[in-house]
Amino acid sequence: MGLRLLKDAFWGAAPSRIQSAIIAAAIVVMAFIPGVADTYTPLFLSWIMTYCVLSISWSFFSGKAGYISLATASFYGIGMYLQAILGRQLPLWTTMILAAVMAFAVGLIIGVVTLRLRGIYFTIFTFGLSLFLNRFMNWYEGAFTRTKGRMVKPYDNDTVFYALLVVFAITLIAVIILNRSRFGLSLKCIGQNEDSAQHLGVRTTMTKVLAFAITAAPVGAVGAVMSTKIGYIDPNTAFGLNTSFFPVLMAIFGGMSSTYGPIIGAVVFYALQDYLLRVTNWHMIIFGAVMVVVIMLLPNGVFGVVDTILRKRRSAGGGAEASHQP
Amino acid sequence: MSDIVKIITGVGVTKRFGGMTAVNNVDFELRRGEILGLIGPNGAGKTTLFNCISAFYRADEGIITYNGNQINRMSPDKICRLGIARTFQAAKNFPDMSVRENVRMGALFGQVGITYDEADRLTDEIMEFAGLDKYAHLNVPDMPLALQKRLEVARALATKPGVLMIDEVMAGLNPTEVGEAMELVGKIRASGVAILMIEHVMKAIMAICDRIIVLHHGELIAEGAPDHVANDPQVIEVYLGEEA
Ligand SMILES: Nc1ncnc2c1ncn2[C@@H]1O[C@H](COP(=O)(O)OP(=O)(O)O)[C@@H](O)[C@H]1O
Ligand SMILES: [Mg+2]
Repeated sequence: MGLRLLKDAFWGAAPSRIQSAIIAAAIVVMAFIPGVADTYTPLFLSWIMTYCVLSISWSFFSGKAGYISLATASFYGIGMYLQAILGRQLPLWTTMILAAVMAFAVGLIIGVVTLRLRGIYFTIFTFGLSLFLNRFMNWYEGAFTRTKGRMVKPYDNDTVFYALLVVFAITLIAVIILNRSRFGLSLKCIGQNEDSAQHLGVRTTMTKVLAFAITAAPVGAVGAVMSTKIGYIDPNTAFGLNTSFFPVLMAIFGGMSSTYGPIIGAVVFYALQDYLLRVTNWHMIIFGAVMVVVIMLLPNGVFGVVDTILRKRRSAGGGAEASHQP
Repeated sequence: MSDIVKIITGVGVTKRFGGMTAVNNVDFELRRGEILGLIGPNGAGKTTLFNCISAFYRADEGIITYNGNQINRMSPDKICRLGIARTFQAAKNFPDMSVRENVRMGALFGQVGITYDEADRLTDEIMEFAGLDKYAHLNVPDMPLALQKRLEVARALATKPGVLMIDEVMAGLNPTEVGEAMELVGKIRASGVAILMIEHVMKAIMAICDRIIVLHHGELIAEGAPDHVANDPQVIEVYLGEEA
């Protein structure tokens, strides 16, 4: 009975065989990388996977529902601080789960309070939350612990890589499944026309709150993992506001209309940033300029172009099979 | 009139916006199997009354019931799942979904416990019923107005309502399209759904409604069979006054 209800809400249709096979293959290939590559590659890929998780999570809620959240830094920072505090006593997988649960819980509370607000008010509130946590930790550390930041127990690159691979794989697979479920479709309806959605029977408030909280969880988990790589965190690394803005840019950059847009966005975004950082002192300016140009030229993102072409093909071919696409 | 015959009732329904009373102490009933027309000049409060029934707004006063249960404390989604579906005066379709996906959303969310397979079957059924199957490939925002409105109706129908409320679906359509829309409304009634419709196209209203209620400045000024209402001096005055 309970299981039936869960299935009804969160499981629409299985992903196609081809899609499942490609994803399974990609994950298996990824799993072999630390064994064969140099030591730099797993670290580079760890950052890419981190960015992917941020942008996939952000797109699933904000991209679909049209509620621009700037709370990513909050959840990421919560994960980092949790790891810094508990990382010495507990194994990594435990703190990752705790970080996810904690981010979920905070997301639930924030969602209940704010998701009755529409549009820009929600965005401002979530931005305020990230800013508040940043300032609060600064104040707290100054007033009580009398330190700036904390050391985090380090793990080697391979451990970090595998931990992130697990979060990345779970997030990706979950999103692919959820996209076709009532839950994912509810969000899509909300984003397209919230009034219409609600008058068709969509439980709008509950869906928004739950989605906001669920997508906070993996962000908390990757925050926990990456804090061990950074080794030393302070309020500005943990609750850095860039962390809130990057997923928005990555999702716009890659395109939000498909599962893969945010991934492409994250990969290109991180690779470009990493490259520019190494070759020039003007990286932020060039980076900003590239972003602006891409967004102007490709309003639906890099993947949006692919999507448009595919859609044209499909409708030229009768359009019958198009309806089952997420 | 026994309660078995009434499917929706409203008693003393009132809605104010600031100092302005948009719907003032209105009593009405919708009976099983009928088409009830709701007419009145622009700004009379027709859409606001719809909004009170579907809980888009909360009525300030009064009681609205559906099948004998009070509904004017419920959320719009609950009311939809109970069996009251509506369209919006300005069509609110989902622009980035296909025509079929639009309809499927109604099927998936409008009923408790429907499976995905059942929703797919229902979607196909409604697409055909509403004559949208030939247009499944169109891009929703590019569709002509008549089809946009038809899709709006189809989406509401896919929730399998007991009552369908339609708000000016014929406005802006040419005579052929009005004819097609009337035919669809007739088919929906024949399928056992009670209909409450707001309409300005008098020819349509007079031809297909069983009864008509008339609002003016938020108040109910007439009620009855179409020819009775058409000959009501107050109604004539209101409409002539508007045209003058
Ligand atoms: N959300 C609102 N806020 C303020 N006034 C409103 C609102 N909605 C409707 N009204 C006013 O209520 C009156 C009735 O409007 P409406 O129900 O839309 O009329 P109708 O559908 O009969 O043309 C109008 O004077 C309109 O301006
Ligand atoms: Mg109106």
